[in-house]
Amino acid sequence: MTYIRPEFRHPELPTNDLGYTKQNYEGSISTLCAGCGHDSISGAIVQAIFEMSIPPHNIAKMSGIGCSSKTPTYFLGNSHGFNSVHGRMPSVATGANMANRDLIYVGVSGDGDSASIGMGQFAHAVRRNLNMMYIVMNNGCYGLTKGQDSATADVGSKSKKGIPNPFEAIDLAAVALQLGATFVARSFSGDKKQLVPLIKAAIAHRGFAFIDVLSPCVTFNNNPGSTKGYEYVRDHLAATNTVDFVPMREEITACYPNQTSEEVTLHDGSVVHLCKMDDKLNVHSRQSALNMMQEYKDDGRILTGLLYMDPDSQELHENIDSAKKPLRGLTESDLCPGSKVLDNINESLR
Amino acid sequence: MKPTDTANPEYYHKVVDCQYACPAHTPVPEYIRLIAAGRYDDAYMLNWESNVFPGVLGRTCDRPCEPACRRGRVEDEPVAICRLKRAAADNKDDTAVAAAMPKIPKKKNGKRIALIGGGPASLTVARDLMPLGYEIDLYDDQPAGGGFMRSQIPSFRLPHEVLDQEVNYITDMGVTTHYNHYVDSLKRVLDDGYDAVFVGTGAPRGRDLKIPGREEADANIHLGINWLSSVAFEHTSRIGKKVIVLGGGNTAMDCCRTSLRLGADDVKVVVRSPRKDMKASPWEIEDSEREGVEMYENHTPKEFIVENGKLVGMRFELVRAEYDENGKRSLIPTGEPDVIMDCDDVCIAVGQDNAFPWIERDLGMEFGKWDMPVVDDVTFQSTLPKVFFGGDAAFGPENVITAVAHGHQAAISIDLFVRGKKVAERPAPGTNLVSQKMGIHEWSYDSPVVNDVRYVVPHEDVGKSIKDRKLEVELGFDVATALNEARRCLNCDAQTVFEEVKCIECDACVDICPTDCLTFTENGKEEELRQRLSAPANNADQAILVSDKLPTQRVMVKDENVCLHCGLCAERCPTAAWDMQKFTYHVTKAGQ
Repeated sequence: MTYIRPEFRHPELPTNDLGYTKQNYEGSISTLCAGCGHDSISGAIVQAIFEMSIPPHNIAKMSGIGCSSKTPTYFLGNSHGFNSVHGRMPSVATGANMANRDLIYVGVSGDGDSASIGMGQFAHAVRRNLNMMYIVMNNGCYGLTKGQDSATADVGSKSKKGIPNPFEAIDLAAVALQLGATFVARSFSGDKKQLVPLIKAAIAHRGFAFIDVLSPCVTFNNNPGSTKGYEYVRDHLAATNTVDFVPMREEITACYPNQTSEEVTLHDGSVVHLCKMDDKLNVHSRQSALNMMQEYKDDGRILTGLLYMDPDSQELHENIDSAKKPLRGLTESDLCPGSKVLDNINESLR
Repeated sequence: MKPTDTANPEYYHKVVDCQYACPAHTPVPEYIRLIAAGRYDDAYMLNWESNVFPGVLGRTCDRPCEPACRRGRVEDEPVAICRLKRAAADNKDDTAVAAAMPKIPKKKNGKRIALIGGGPASLTVARDLMPLGYEIDLYDDQPAGGGFMRSQIPSFRLPHEVLDQEVNYITDMGVTTHYNHYVDSLKRVLDDGYDAVFVGTGAPRGRDLKIPGREEADANIHLGINWLSSVAFEHTSRIGKKVIVLGGGNTAMDCCRTSLRLGADDVKVVVRSPRKDMKASPWEIEDSEREGVEMYENHTPKEFIVENGKLVGMRFELVRAEYDENGKRSLIPTGEPDVIMDCDDVCIAVGQDNAFPWIERDLGMEFGKWDMPVVDDVTFQSTLPKVFFGGDAAFGPENVITAVAHGHQAAISIDLFVRGKKVAERPAPGTNLVSQKMGIHEWSYDSPVVNDVRYVVPHEDVGKSIKDRKLEVELGFDVATALNEARRCLNCDAQTVFEEVKCIECDACVDICPTDCLTFTENGKEEELRQRLSAPANNADQAILVSDKLPTQRVMVKDENVCLHCGLCAERCPTAAWDMQKFTYHVTKAGQ
C-alpha cells in the first residue's frame, strides 16, 4: 500500500571515526524503477563516504537532469546539493568549486546528461581539471523518456524495442582520457567490491576524477541483445585490477599470488593499492590506458578498474592561483586592499 | 553451507518468533492482524482453537512469546501480545462466538474417557475429544472447573466470569462433570472400564519450610497455594496487619497482593536469592510494588519467632550470591547481624510439588525420579498404556499455556490409542505459504513499520483496588489503543521467500534493506559466513537463510535476526525473486 522505509536499523551497525553509522549518510527512499543500477551506485557512494568518515556537511552533490541526476536525493541526505539544468552540472559545479574550494564535490550525471546535451560542458570541466568526482551512471538509454538509445549505446546493441543502434558509441572514459582527465576509471553498478574503493580513491584524488559506471536500465535496456544489461555486462566484464583505497597509516592487504601489486601514494599520504590482473596496463600512461581499452573492446570485453591516474595533478585552483580559502571567508581587507595597492597596479600598467 | 531447506515446516515457523516460542504455537501475527481489523470474534476463535482460554491467558499468561518477539530486538519493548489477546476476548460478540463453537455429534463413538482434575490440561483434552464423539467424565475435588486457574489466580487478576465462560464453553459440550469429587484411587477409575484415563491433577502440594518455630507458630503460617485456594473459595477472608511472604515466584506475588486485600497494611516479600533471580514475571513484581509491597532480597529465613505461643516475627540471615563457572549459585552468609522482621502472619510460597498418593503403585505404572510417573514427553503416555498425563502433573509445575499444549498432544495420543493406532506416529503440522502481493506497492498486510513504543495497559486506582479482592486491577486496552498496539506487530509470518532462478543479482534488495539483513557473497562455513555479511549475524539463535548458487557463483544470504518483514526487498526486486508470502502453521489436533 505504501512505500515507506522503516526507521529501525540493525542494532549492531558499525560506526565510523566520527561515530556515525551508515544511516547518517542515507538519503530519501529511491523512486527509481525496482532493480535500477543507479540505486546500487547510490549505495556504493553512501558506503564509501561512510567508510572515509567524511562529515556529510562537507560534501556538495551536483547533478543535472535524468534518472541518474535524481539520485542525489537518495544518498547523503545531510549534505549540500544542487540539481542543475540538463547537461549544465559541470558549469554549476565549476562555479560552486570556485566559490568554495573547501567542499568535496560529488558530481552525478548520466549518459544523456554528459554525452549528449552536456557534452560541451563535460569537456571543459575535464580539461580544466576541476577538483571533483564525476560519476556517470551509464545505461546506454534515455530511461526517463522511455528508453531511446543514448550516445553511449554500442553499435548494434538492441534496447527493449528490439531495433539495433546504428550509430557509433561515445566512450566517455576514452574522451576523458583524451581531454586530460587526471583520474579515469570504469566500473559496474553490480560490483560494489570494485566500485566502493574506486569512489574512495576518486574522492581522495586532487583534480578531476572520472568514473564511468555501467548501470543497467532494468526497464528499457536489460533485454537480450543489449550490451548494457546485467547479464551481458557480467559475462563480458574484465577487471584490469582490483583497487584498495588505504587511508594513511593503515595496513595494506596483500594481493593474490598471481597478481602484481602496485601502490600509488596520493597528495594527502593515503595510498591507492592496486592488484593487477593484467600486467600490461600502466596506470600512469594515458597511451597505455587507451590502447588497453581498445584492445579489450575489439575482443568484445569491457575493461573495468582504475585505468589511469596522475597523483601529482594540479587542479584548477592551483593552475589559476585563486584565493586559498572560500570566498565567503574573505574579509573586506582581503577583497579591497586599499588605494595604495591600486596605485601600484595602475603605475605598473603605465 | 547447504541451501536452506525452506520446505521444512520448522524453518519458517522459527522465523515467527512469538508463535515458535508459544508452547501451543498460537498463530500470533494472524490474530493480531484480525484485532487490528476489528474482527474480534475471528481473533478470539483463532486463539481459542489453539490455546482454549484466550480470556484467561490474555490476563494471566506467562507470555513466553513476548521475550521472543522480534520487536524486542530492534527496539526496547516487544509487542504487548498477551494484552492484545485479552482485547480480542473483551470485545468479542458472545453470541457469535457461541455459534462458532464446534458441533458435538449426537451419536457418540462409544468410547469413554475419564479426566482426573479439572484444570487447563484436562479441559483441553475434553475440548479436542468432545467434537469427535467421545463420552467424557471429568472429576475434580473443587466445586467448579478450572483447577489452579480458579484456586490459585486471584480474582483481581482473573475475574470469575471470564473463567466461568471459558470453562463452560467446554463443559457445555456435554462433558459429565463430577465436582467435589476427590479421586482417591486410580484403580477404581480403571475398573470403571474407561477406554483411556487422563491425569491432569496439577502439582498440588505446597512446599513447607522446616525451621525452628514452624510448629509453634502454625496457626499463623500458611502454605501459599492452600491459602490462595481457601481465599478463592471464601473459606478465608482475613489476615493479620503485618504479613511476610516467603518466596519470589508468581504464587508469592499473588499471596502478597491478596494479603493487602484481606486487611494487611504492611506486606513484605522476602527472598533468599538476589532479586534478579526471582522467578516471578517482571510485570507481577512491578504490579505488587505498585500496590506498596516491599521486596527484600538475599534474606534467608532462619527462625519463626514465637512469643506467648503466638508468631511475632521472623529472623533472617543475610547472604550474598556467588556463581561458579557453570552458573551454579551458592548463597554465602555475609556475616552481618541477622535481620528481625515483625509479623502477624507468614505465607510460605517457596515452590510446589507433585503428589500422587491416590495412584496405587501395584498397577504396573512406573515411577521415576522424585516419585514422578514416567511419562513420554511427546505422547504423554505413561507406562500404563491406557493412562496419559498432562499439565503440571506430567513433568512438574509449569504454566497454563504449557498445560494446554500438553492437553492437545495428549488428546491426539488418546484418540490414536483408542482407535488402535500407534501413538508415536504424530500428525505433521498443517502449513501453507501464500503470496501477499496485491499490486504495485500493495501488500495484503500492513507492511509499513510504525515507530510507536509499547502502549501501557491502564490500571484501576490502587487505593480502590486493594479494598476489593474481586475488583480487576488491569483494565485492558480500549479499542483505539489495541489498534495502535496491534500495528506495532512486524508481521513476521509474512515470510521473505527467495527464488534463485529469478534473481539477476542487481543488489536492489541489499541496498534497500533497512536492517542490513541481505548479502550476496561467496558461500562458506556458517560461523565464518555469519561474520562477513552486510552486518554481522551474531545472534546464533536466529537462522541464516542461504540460497542455492546464483549465476555469479555467489549465494544470497539472509540473516533472519532483525528482518522487519517490511517487504522492501520484494518491493524493490525487479524480477519478483523476493516475494512476501504468508506462512501459516497449525498444530494438528486430534482427529484432524
